[in-house]
This record gives sequence, structure tokens and C-alpha cells, in this order.
Amino acid sequence: MIRDPKDLKRYNASERANHWLIGISFILLALSGLAFFHPAFFPLTQLFGGPVWARIIHPYLGVIMALAFLVIFFRFKHLNKMTPADKEWLAKAKNMVDGNDHDMPEQGKYNGGQKVMFWALAVCMLLMAVSGLLIWRAWFGFDITLVRLGAVVHAAAGAVMIGLIMVHVYAAIWVKGTIRAMWYGTVTRAWAKQHHRGWYRQVTGK
Amino acid sequence: MSMQSQDIIRRSATSSLTPPPQVRDHKLEVAKLIDVSVCIGCKGCQVACSEWNDIRDEVGHNHGVYDNPVDLSAKSWTVMRFAEHQDEGGRLQWLIRKDGCMHCADPGCLKSCPSPGAIIQYANGVVDFQSEQCIGCGYCVTGCPFNVPRINKDDNKAYKCTLCSDRLAVGQEPSCVKTCPTGAIQFGTKEDMKLVAEDRVKDLKERGFANAGLYDPQGVGGTHVMYVLHHADRPELYSGLPANPAISPLVSIWKGVTKPLATLALAGIALGSLFHYVTKGPNEVSREIEEEIEAEDKEAAK
Repeated sequence: MIRDPKDLKRYNASERANHWLIGISFILLALSGLAFFHPAFFPLTQLFGGPVWARIIHPYLGVIMALAFLVIFFRFKHLNKMTPADKEWLAKAKNMVDGNDHDMPEQGKYNGGQKVMFWALAVCMLLMAVSGLLIWRAWFGFDITLVRLGAVVHAAAGAVMIGLIMVHVYAAIWVKGTIRAMWYGTVTRAWAKQHHRGWYRQVTGK
Repeated sequence: MSMQSQDIIRRSATSSLTPPPQVRDHKLEVAKLIDVSVCIGCKGCQVACSEWNDIRDEVGHNHGVYDNPVDLSAKSWTVMRFAEHQDEGGRLQWLIRKDGCMHCADPGCLKSCPSPGAIIQYANGVVDFQSEQCIGCGYCVTGCPFNVPRINKDDNKAYKCTLCSDRLAVGQEPSCVKTCPTGAIQFGTKEDMKLVAEDRVKDLKERGFANAGLYDPQGVGGTHVMYVLHHADRPELYSGLPANPAISPLVSIWKGVTKPLATLALAGIALGSLFHYVTKGPNEVSREIEEEIEAEDKEAAK
């Protein structure tokens, strides 16, 4: 649906599909992973056909997520280089969270917070993938110390990543007019002008 | 389940706030005492274990040593490990250790297991795997300080010595104890076994083994399988028996502080987001900027 032909294209179909492939595998991984992490979440294994199925499926979902993230990483890496304006934005982030975004510095396609999110997720993904392989007993049998290290890192990095994604999702809900960028690819010009004025200028030439 | 022991003092992935049925908590702690100095390495215990537990391992290969099978497996819950040791006087000693689950008072397998009730500990100290509940993740292997549990490749369940918990339940001793021809394996209450060990250690000391002693490592809270060793100061001589076994600090962090900390942090983020939304309100596109764009469009349409 094109509500307004003058809406700005933020993500093409392939980027959106890439994002949601990561999104759905992440959701399934988080639900099954939490089940193994803390007994309070163990009943979540029922969503996967029982605990044994959850144990079998989880690592394969991890491989899918890692590969899909690798693709999106190389797609968006160049857009996430930190600039002085980003640092200024981060220094003022508290005002933004307080609901006052009037004097935030002008941002390009991504603001400082989004860039921090990008790199933090990249680090977590790397840690999760490596530690996940270490503890994947169906295929590998590493030295016991490495397996134990893998178990701690996998649990800790997993918890951090779930926290990061909760923030990522909440930010999209909080900033109105954002989610449609990932559903059908466009944002309104007003949205772009308010939140990413640098990018708005770049794509509109204004 | 119709069979209820009602004497389970610990259950994997279960908080102490919701304890398993444990009304029969008066039971005495039991122990199997393996006197290495009396063992002749006949492997009768291995055979008795296979017989009673009805498990048949694959016939393996000769590795040029007496160890056969060469390692524990899902179908070999106990193996004799043979080590040659030359003492200070140049005499050869054959140190034969019956390896298997030590039934720790503080079991690393139980601590690591994510599946509620897949590993339990009875009031008598026996640590038992409840195979129907096992999900095959191998966390018990990660948690064990003695490298004992094995995952069966056919059904992806973990297996190990049960200390013949089924025999104990009806007042019998473990099958390996029953079959041992030299009396090297004894069974009774842990207190009694310590007394027996004391006598044996005294005897060994009199016979020139100055460092003889009982192996009941306190790093895991003591074990319900204990050894009498001629060289208790150097347990590693006995095919790598760990000197100071304990649950790895990595496992303690993983299954300790990480769990409540991370759960609280995630709950905090979820609640924080909710209350942020209802106190600060959504971040909407300002009417002012929308009007600017509308004005531009009108201008362009002229």
C-alpha cells in the first residue's frame, strides 16, 4: 500500500525480509533459550513441541540467525560509523528519553543510539555464535573448560541480547511512525524530517 | 507415577521454595567404599553392573591395556582403570581404580541440569537420573567435576551409575558390591563406611603406605562413593582421579548469579518500558513539522 507517493523509501523488500528473518529466528531463539536458562521459563519449551524438540531446534535456528545477521551486518555496516554528531546525540540522549527532542543534533539515517545498538548486537551475535558452537553437543565435542566457558558466555550474552532487543522493539513502538519502515518500507517525510533530518535532506535534496 | 520414594531432597531446575516430596527425610546417608588396595581388577563389578542394570555395551577393541572398555559410556556405567606406578623404591605398583559416578553431596550435574526433575538426589545421598525427563542437552556432562555422565547416541539421553537405587529401595546392596570376590567394594551407611576405611587406612599405614587415606573430597560436599587409596596424597596417580574436585567456578556463575540477575534485569527493562510509555507518552511526529511539509506541497502544487 502506498498511502502517499511522496513517502520516503527507508528499506527495500530484501532488507525487510532480511530483518524479519533475523527477527523471527531471534524470537524463537529467545523463547527456547530462556527455557534452558531459567526453570521459570521452562514451560516455554511446549511452544516447540516439548523440551527435547526445543533442544534440537534451538541451535539450527541460531545458525539461521547468525547467517542472516552476517548479511545485514555487511549491508548496514557503512551506515553505522560513529561520527562526532552521534556522540553529541548520545550525550543528550537523556533529554530524548525524557520526551524532549527539540535540541537534539541533526542525525543521518541512523542516530547515535541506533548505531550503539547495531554494534552491541554485532558483538553479542559473534559471542552467541562462537559460544553456541562450543556447547552444541549434537555436532561438536570440545574440551570441557571451553564448553563451560561457552555455557557462561552463551547465557550472559544471550541475556544482554534479549535486553538490547527489548530496547530496540520498545524504541520502535515509542517513536510513532517507525514500525511501518520495517513492515512496508516507507516513512512519512515529516517523520524523517523530525527524527533523521540529515537523511531527510539527503534523500529529498532539501 | 505409582512408585513414589517421597525422599527426594534435591531436584534439578527446582527452587528450594518448591521442594520435591521429601517426607521420608530420616534416612541415613549411604556410601559405597572402594578399597583400591584390595582390588584385583577382575572386572566382576563391570559384569554385575551390566547384568543387573540390563545394559550391553558394544564389544570394543583391545587397546593394548587391561582397560576394557577403555572408557565409561552410556552402556558401561563403571569401568576399571589400570595405572602402573613405580614407587620410590623402584617397585611396580598396579593401581586399579573402579571408576563411575561418585554420587556427590553437591552434584554438579544436578546443578547444571535445565530440565525439572531430570536429576534428583535421594535422602540417602544417591544422585539419580530420571531418563524420561532428560532432554539430551549434555549440561550434566558440563557440570560434572568427575567426567562421568555419557549421552547415549541412540536415544540422546544421559546415563550413569544409579548406585543401584532400585536395589537400595528394597534393602539390597548395589550389584557391584554383591559380586566383588575380594570384598574390595563394601556398602553401608556413610558413617559405617568411614569407620571401615579408618581400619583399612591404619592397616595400610602399618604395612608401609604412610600416605594411605580415605578419598571423600569435601570440595563437592563429600561423596557417596569413597575410595581407600594407598597414596591418598596423590589421587591423580589413580588414572587421573582429581585431587580437589569441585564444581567449576564457570558452572557456578552460569547456574548461580547469572540466572536471577539476568531475569531481574530483563523484567526491569520490560516494566521500565511500559512505565516510560505511560508516564512520558509516545514520541509523535510534531504537528508543526507536518504543517511545514503540507505547506511545501501546497506551494509545489501552485
